[in-house]
Amino acid sequence: MLAPSTENTAAQERPAAMPLPVRRSFGEGTWSRLRPVLLAMAFPLLLLALWHFATAGRPASLIPPPHDVWLELQDLAFGGINDDAYSRTLHIHLLASMSRVYGGFALALIVALPLGMLIGRVPLIRQSVDPTIQILRPIPVTAWLPLSMIIFGLGPRSAFFLVFLGAFFPVLVNTIFGVRSVEPRLFEAASMLGCTGSAQFFRVVLPAALPSIFTGMRLGLGFAWVVIVVGEMTGVQTGLGAIIMEARQLSRTEIVIAGMIVIGAFGFLSDQLVMLIGRRWLAWSPTHG
Amino acid sequence: MAEIPILELRNVGKTYAQNGRPIEALRGANLSVKKGEFVCLIGASGCGKSTLLRLAAGFEAPTAGESSMWGMPITGPGPSRGMVFQDYGLFPWLTVRDNVRFGPKSRGRGWREINETAERFIELVGLQNFADVYPHQLSGGMKQRVAIARVLANDAEIVLMDEPFGALDAMTRERLQDELVEIWSRTGLTVLFVTHAIEEAIFLADRVVVMSPGPGRIDSEYVIDLKRPRDIASGEFNDWRRLLASKLHSHHARKAG
Repeated sequence: MLAPSTENTAAQERPAAMPLPVRRSFGEGTWSRLRPVLLAMAFPLLLLALWHFATAGRPASLIPPPHDVWLELQDLAFGGINDDAYSRTLHIHLLASMSRVYGGFALALIVALPLGMLIGRVPLIRQSVDPTIQILRPIPVTAWLPLSMIIFGLGPRSAFFLVFLGAFFPVLVNTIFGVRSVEPRLFEAASMLGCTGSAQFFRVVLPAALPSIFTGMRLGLGFAWVVIVVGEMTGVQTGLGAIIMEARQLSRTEIVIAGMIVIGAFGFLSDQLVMLIGRRWLAWSPTHG
Repeated sequence: MAEIPILELRNVGKTYAQNGRPIEALRGANLSVKKGEFVCLIGASGCGKSTLLRLAAGFEAPTAGESSMWGMPITGPGPSRGMVFQDYGLFPWLTVRDNVRFGPKSRGRGWREINETAERFIELVGLQNFADVYPHQLSGGMKQRVAIARVLANDAEIVLMDEPFGALDAMTRERLQDELVEIWSRTGLTVLFVTHAIEEAIFLADRVVVMSPGPGRIDSEYVIDLKRPRDIASGEFNDWRRLLASKLHSHHARKAG
């Protein structure tokens, strides 16, 4: 026989990613599972305590104590505490912001993915488009605000455009990098196996670029959340960014902080969702799977 | 008329441009491989043995002379000449099974044929328990088994191997050498195998082609008439080892001097 036996093969050439199961005692197992959670909680709790002792019981403090922010969050979500214009409006603002974040992000994908692949693979397009893109890229989204309001007018279309812009460049740059940095060896392997020409794009370039494209998508979605506040400085009435700016003018700092917390939480959740998809897609990649 | 060789290189040369200066990697090489033959190319680094193999594969075109398969000029890489790389060249996003299926799928075979072929060759290299595993989860020896199965499943008539076992540990290398001879003798394959290890060449080859550097060219050829399976501890094996070693050492001496 060629392979002496499979057991023999397995015993002498054990694959790297199949660790032997290690038996742990119950207490040890619980501790090792709890440890990262406790460590992750310790730092924010410390910050919370600092915040509390620095602000609670001082009427002159410009920053409200955590408890006030907590009450405000509840009022924004369910009402029944302040019963003002902001009570029970959180879902409206959250939905408005999320539609801009995901809408702008989706539009960025639709434009940046094909464009990035073209720039990465077609030298003529790279030479004619890439320099312009490299100059546009460092311009901060904030700087686009006035122009965007002139072109798209006051309101949601401007917000949408700015979010699109924030997500666009990370996706584009990483897509270009991904399709350009395919190992040359893989093209040789494909062509000696009979896969040539444009078939190589779909069977080699795309899958090989997937980890980079995925990194770009993750960064892009992150940026979409980052720029949502700027995007909603364009005179829109609803959205988390909009109420943060409005509350600032009314000196309702507890609303500002509550809005920040909601953006942080939902940005985090949306990143976790992308990671979950990534682990499915990229199970083959030693750095993602 | 004489039998047409499966692979023939006639007076081929290859000159690269490096920083505007021409580098001659290969000059006036003649090599002809008959169907079913196991030929090893051996030589010090820089003797052009890998260049010769890449010309045979069709990854590069010769700057002089001509290369042909079954008498037809080689114009580019193709499934009839399967290549096994030292660094494996497996597709990391495909499982072992899908790596083996890649070739037949590219050539538009029916899914049933694709599956049957893949299973057969995965079994041939003894990886049936690892068919659904990704390459990064495999050891080097197992990866090279996949690379071999991949070209065999794609109906390669001649397998070109570029120091395929060079990155493996000694134990694994010996076992893969045994298995390769076994596959070769069972399937009637033709193999052109590049190595810098004298012992490996004598163990595997029907014929050893010795190359010399500066510029790379073919120095001499030896028909290894030892009976198979070969015993690396036998006296005749040692005689061959001594002969080829002195041949290669003379190249080193010449190059140094």
